[in-house]
Amino acid sequence: MELFFYALISGILYGIFFALVGIGLNLIFGVMRMVNLAHGDFIMLGAFGAWLAYSKLNMNPLLAIPIEIFIFMIIGFGVYYAFVPRLSKSRDPEMLSFILFFGIAQIIEALAIFAFGNNQKSIPFSTLGKGSISILSQSIPFSWVVSAAISLLMIGFVYYYLYFTRTGYATRAIMSSPEEASSVGIDVSKISAFAMGIGLSLAAIAGVLAPFMIGSIDPSIGASLTTTSFAIVVIGSLGKPIGTILGGIIYGLAMMFMQTYLASWTNLVPYVILILILLVKPSGLLGKKVRNA
Amino acid sequence: MRKKNIRLIIGIILILVMTALFALLPKIYNNNFLLFNIMLYIALAEGLNLIYGFTGYLPFGYVGFFGIGAYSASLLILLLHVGVVPAILLGGVAASIVGIILTPLLRLSGAYFAIANLAASQAIYYIISNPHLENITQGPYGIMLSSVYDATASYNAMLIVMFFAFMLVLFFRQSRFGLSLMAIREDSITASVAGVNVVLARTIAWLLSAFVAGLCGGVFAWYTSVFYPETVFSLNISIFAIVFVLFGGAATLIGPLIGTVILYGMYNFIGISTPQYFQLIYGLLIVMLIMFLPNGVVSLFKKVKDYVP
Repeated sequence: MELFFYALISGILYGIFFALVGIGLNLIFGVMRMVNLAHGDFIMLGAFGAWLAYSKLNMNPLLAIPIEIFIFMIIGFGVYYAFVPRLSKSRDPEMLSFILFFGIAQIIEALAIFAFGNNQKSIPFSTLGKGSISILSQSIPFSWVVSAAISLLMIGFVYYYLYFTRTGYATRAIMSSPEEASSVGIDVSKISAFAMGIGLSLAAIAGVLAPFMIGSIDPSIGASLTTTSFAIVVIGSLGKPIGTILGGIIYGLAMMFMQTYLASWTNLVPYVILILILLVKPSGLLGKKVRNA
Repeated sequence: MRKKNIRLIIGIILILVMTALFALLPKIYNNNFLLFNIMLYIALAEGLNLIYGFTGYLPFGYVGFFGIGAYSASLLILLLHVGVVPAILLGGVAASIVGIILTPLLRLSGAYFAIANLAASQAIYYIISNPHLENITQGPYGIMLSSVYDATASYNAMLIVMFFAFMLVLFFRQSRFGLSLMAIREDSITASVAGVNVVLARTIAWLLSAFVAGLCGGVFAWYTSVFYPETVFSLNISIFAIVFVLFGGAATLIGPLIGTVILYGMYNFIGISTPQYFQLIYGLLIVMLIMFLPNGVVSLFKKVKDYVP
């Protein structure tokens, strides 16, 4: 029972963090119908940002968050205007974006190796607060609680943005139909570019927390983070950012319980969940029917 | 002569020339390993072309079939003492059986299919490399096939697999079946109204594609004779095959061939010594291709001549 509660609590904390990992991908897909296969690599860049802040500037890594939001906003606008308008006019935007962003992922990974080398980097957990905290008589590292709290805060911002601001309304209008949105006077490309910026910023923030949640970082972690994000997003339902919270928590719990009871099969978890969900309920747990061939 | 027959003959001549070329090259060029790998990737690219080029499904986890072929053939040889050639053929069959298990994925479209297929290949990898299965698959410790090693025979086996993959693509290009697949790719509902059995046609293309990858895996296992799970399930194999097809031009016979020869040649030139430069160039190349030449190099020829084999 001890193990059970430990897995339950850490699963939920990890789940909230993983929701943040996936949410940017989902926002971009929802708005642009484009698959950002470089998502994990943007997370990796965010993580290196935190590492730079900690090891070179002696800052608390969390202070990197506002700086990264600003930088990744700009990158997001750049990526949007460089690729998306041209790609939308092509014969199969969804599929071609998939391959295009794969190319971008390769470029980012190569550049990150040039900049940071192939070695693993890490930030001591204690920088987010020392010691551990007791929840249901389980001692949980304090850094996990902080990371989960920040993740929850960020998801809260996304929720507020989408449901309580004017641009958020416009964003959701584009999600349900870009044509109708533009016919009522919404500037689709501006709002979409903004969504791209938010999506990448969220990836970067998840990256700042990554050294505390997934351990050491190196330029090659992007690819597996992308697959994990996909699993999370698909569980929750693609194109519905808020569903990602459910996806993240299911994923976090599944992973922690697997690690507790059947450790050697943990790696299989994201892939098996992903396939099962796609086959049983292809639209995700909260989704409408949209994606059958 | 009818136009169709001329096209068929051009295709056959091209295939025979390529096969003869690779049969003779080892006599004048002694980097047997490079030649083998080029043939391997040509066969894989043509195999992937069967499903991606003709149906539009992008199998990101294509390497799963390759790995299944390699492992099935090796385990049949090591554990059940099956002859090498039947074992390789059964490796292809095993890949197709996995293909049958994965057919429900074909219900998904576009990126969903690609991601699900990627997940499937990773799941297979983690199952095979799991230390709990050490008694059967050797887990992460890899396979040693040195008892049946035969460089010349395995080279020739690869030649035959490449020939077979070429012939399948030619068949897809020239037959009614291939035409119905392309009709499905463009608009599956219209195709089904016109009397095409959409599900059956897609499934056949999918299984043939898996079979080719399985054969490639088996022959690769025979040729290298020592390999690890991460060698035969390396995502790079899928990625290479996809980029080669895209670069050359999907749904043609010659596109994947051009793509493989140019890009794999480039990989040998810079990729092995300085992988990150290669990765950078690859990434830039992919971005450029999608932005400016989404139909591959072959589309340049198509501007001059409307039929490219």
